[in-house]
Amino acid sequence: MPKLNMVQAVTLALEEQMTADESVVVLGEDVGVDGGVFRATEGLLDKFGEQRVIDTPLAESGIVGASIGMAMAGLKPVAEMQFSGFSYLSIPQMEGHASRMRARTMGQFTVPMVLRMPYGGGVRALEHHSESREVLYAHNPGLKVVIPSGPRNTRALLAAAIQDPDPVVFMEPKRSYRAFKEEVPVEPETMEIGKCQIVQEGTDITVVAWGAMMHTTKKAVKEIEKERGISIELIDVLTISPLDSDTICESVRKTGRCAIIQEAARSFGPASEIIACINDKSLLYLDAPVQRVTGYDVVTPYFNRELDYMPTVGRISRGIIEAVDF
Amino acid sequence: MPKTKLSDFSVSYMQILDENGVVDTDLEPSLSKEQLVDLYRHMQWGRITDERMLKLQRQGRIGTFGPSIGQEAAHCASMFCMRDDDWFVGCFREHGARLMRGESLVKQLNYFNGYTEGNIGGNPRNLPVSVIVGAQGLHAVGLAYASKLKGEDSVAIVYQGDGATSQGDFHEALNFASVWNVPVIFVVQNNQWAISVPREKQTKSKSIAQKAIAYEMCGIQVDGNDPLAVYAATKEAAERARKGEGPTLIEAVTYRMMMHTTADDQYKYRTKEEEDSWKPKDPLVRFKKYLEDKGCWDNKAEEKLQTELKADCDAQVKEFESQSDFPRDVSFEHVFGTEHAVISEQKIEFDQELEEENNA
Repeated sequence: MPKLNMVQAVTLALEEQMTADESVVVLGEDVGVDGGVFRATEGLLDKFGEQRVIDTPLAESGIVGASIGMAMAGLKPVAEMQFSGFSYLSIPQMEGHASRMRARTMGQFTVPMVLRMPYGGGVRALEHHSESREVLYAHNPGLKVVIPSGPRNTRALLAAAIQDPDPVVFMEPKRSYRAFKEEVPVEPETMEIGKCQIVQEGTDITVVAWGAMMHTTKKAVKEIEKERGISIELIDVLTISPLDSDTICESVRKTGRCAIIQEAARSFGPASEIIACINDKSLLYLDAPVQRVTGYDVVTPYFNRELDYMPTVGRISRGIIEAVDF
Repeated sequence: MPKTKLSDFSVSYMQILDENGVVDTDLEPSLSKEQLVDLYRHMQWGRITDERMLKLQRQGRIGTFGPSIGQEAAHCASMFCMRDDDWFVGCFREHGARLMRGESLVKQLNYFNGYTEGNIGGNPRNLPVSVIVGAQGLHAVGLAYASKLKGEDSVAIVYQGDGATSQGDFHEALNFASVWNVPVIFVVQNNQWAISVPREKQTKSKSIAQKAIAYEMCGIQVDGNDPLAVYAATKEAAERARKGEGPTLIEAVTYRMMMHTTADDQYKYRTKEEEDSWKPKDPLVRFKKYLEDKGCWDNKAEEKLQTELKADCDAQVKEFESQSDFPRDVSFEHVFGTEHAVISEQKIEFDQELEEENNA
C-alpha cells in the first residue's frame, strides 16, 4: 500500500473518479495549469484536458452557479474553492439553488456536485484563510457536509461524494494536508457518507472530533490514557450533515461521559447539535455534563494569535479530564 | 506618447414591425402563415391565462404572482426560435414562454397556489421558476457548457429582467459564457421597472444591450413589443450559438403593464398616464394588424381563437379546482436521493403529528 499525504489523496480520488466516469469535471481558480494553490489537482490537466479540468474566471458564485447548471445537465462537477473563506460569495447559489433543486423539482432535477474547499487554521495564512464555518453549510437542508481527517478517509469519502446524487460540501482540513502520511489501498475504495467512525474503542469516556482536530485530539487522548490509565472511545465524525447521532449516542450510553472537540466558534456549532442529540437519546446515561472544547465566539484572529484560538492538546486534555473527574 | 484608440464600440437597435403595424420588409423574417398564426396564438394564450390568473388571485383562489401582461412578444417570440432539445431557463415573468414549452395552465396554477407539484412539467429541459433575481444565468452557462462538452448543438435560453442586470451573478454569467464561448442566449426583458425602481435608477448605461460589449459578446437591443424583431434577433443568436460562435445578449425593450406582483400597487411609484402611453405599443395589437395585412387573419378567426382559448382556460381552471389535496408529507421525499437517517426520523415524527391532529 502506498503512503500518501492528504493532498495526494485528494488528487488520487479525483484522478480515479475522472477515469472511471467521463462526466466528472473539475473546475475552479488555478486548478488547471497551476494544479491548484495546494496542488490538489496537479497533473489532472495533462491527463484529462482543458475541457474537463477548467481554469475558471475568478468568481466563486460563477463557479458554483455554472456547476449547478452542469450538474443538472448530467455532468458531475467537482468545484474547488481556493479557501473556504472565499466560498461565502457562493453561498447564495448553494443555499438558493444547489440545495433546493431536487426539492424544487420533486426529483426531476438533481445537483450531483461536490464543492471542495480547504478550511481551518494553523497554516499561518492571511485573513479569511483560516476559518472553520462548516455550520454555514450544515444548516442548509439538501446539502451534505463531509470533513475527512486523514489521507485514507479523504480518498474514500471524496470518491463517495463524487458518486453521491446530491450536492456535497467537502471541507478539507488544510492544516492536515501535508502533516502526515498514511497507507492508502491500491484499489479505489469508498466510505459511506453519513457515518461516524469509531477510531478506537474505550469504556470511560467518548471523545468526538473531526477534521484537523482529530489529529490534535489523538495526541491528547494518547497522553491522557498514558497518564491516567483510562480507556477512551474516540469517534471521528467525518460527516457533519447528515449527522450520525446514533453511533455517538450509543457510545455515550456505554461510557456515560463525553467531550466534543470543535475548531469552530462555540455557539451554534456542530458540538451544540451533537449535545442536543445526546440530550434526546442518551441523557439519562450521562454521569457528567458533556464538555465542549472549541474555538471562541470571536472573529478568527490573524495567524500570530490563531493558536490561542484553536483547541490545543493542552485544552483538549483539560476538557476530557474535566468530564472524567466530574 | 499619444494615446491610441483600442476600439470603437457600437450597439444596434432593431425594430421590424412598428406600433402601427408597418413592417420593414428588408428585415422581415420568413415565417409561414401557419407559423405566424401559431406565434400569435401562443402570445394570446399567455395573455388570456395571465388575465385569468389575475382574477383568480384577486378572488383568493391562488397566491401571489407576477403578471407578464404586455411582454408576450419579448418572451414568446424569442421562445418561438428554440428547439425542444434546447434548455429553457426562466425566472418568473415569461409566463407565455413557459406555456409554450409544454407546461399546462393547471401546473402554473398549482405552482402559484403554493404547490411544488406545479414547478415541474412540460419539456424535460424546462428549468423550474427561479425566484432569486439574476441567479439563473449561471445555470444556463453550466447547461450550455455540458451541451458543448457532449458535442450537442442545443442552446440554453435564459430570461431575466432589467433589475437582474444589477446583480453580480448576471455579470459573472455573461463573463463565464463569453470566456467559455458556450451556446447561451441571455434575453433581458427590460420592462422599465424592478418593482418600484425605474430602469434609470438601475443602471447608468444608455442600454442594457451595451453591457455585452464589455464581455466581447454579441449584443443587440430590440423593440421588445415587436414579435418580428425579437424573433429575428433570437434566431440569429441561436444560429450563432449552434455553430459554436458563442453567447448573445438580447435586450428586449418592453413594458410591465401591470403591478410587479399582485402584492403591490404600482401607482405608488408610477402614473396611470405612463402606463397608458404604452398601450398603443401593445404587441398583440400590432401583431394582429400585421396578420390581417398579410391576409392570414380576420375578425372571424380572432373570435374563434378567443372562444377556443377561453374554453381551454375554463377547462384547466376547473381541473385545477377539482384536484384533491396533494400529500402533506411530500417535502420529506425530495431532500436527498439517498436514505438520510435524520430526515427519516423527522418524517416519522411528522406523520405521527398528523395522526394526532386527525385523531384530535
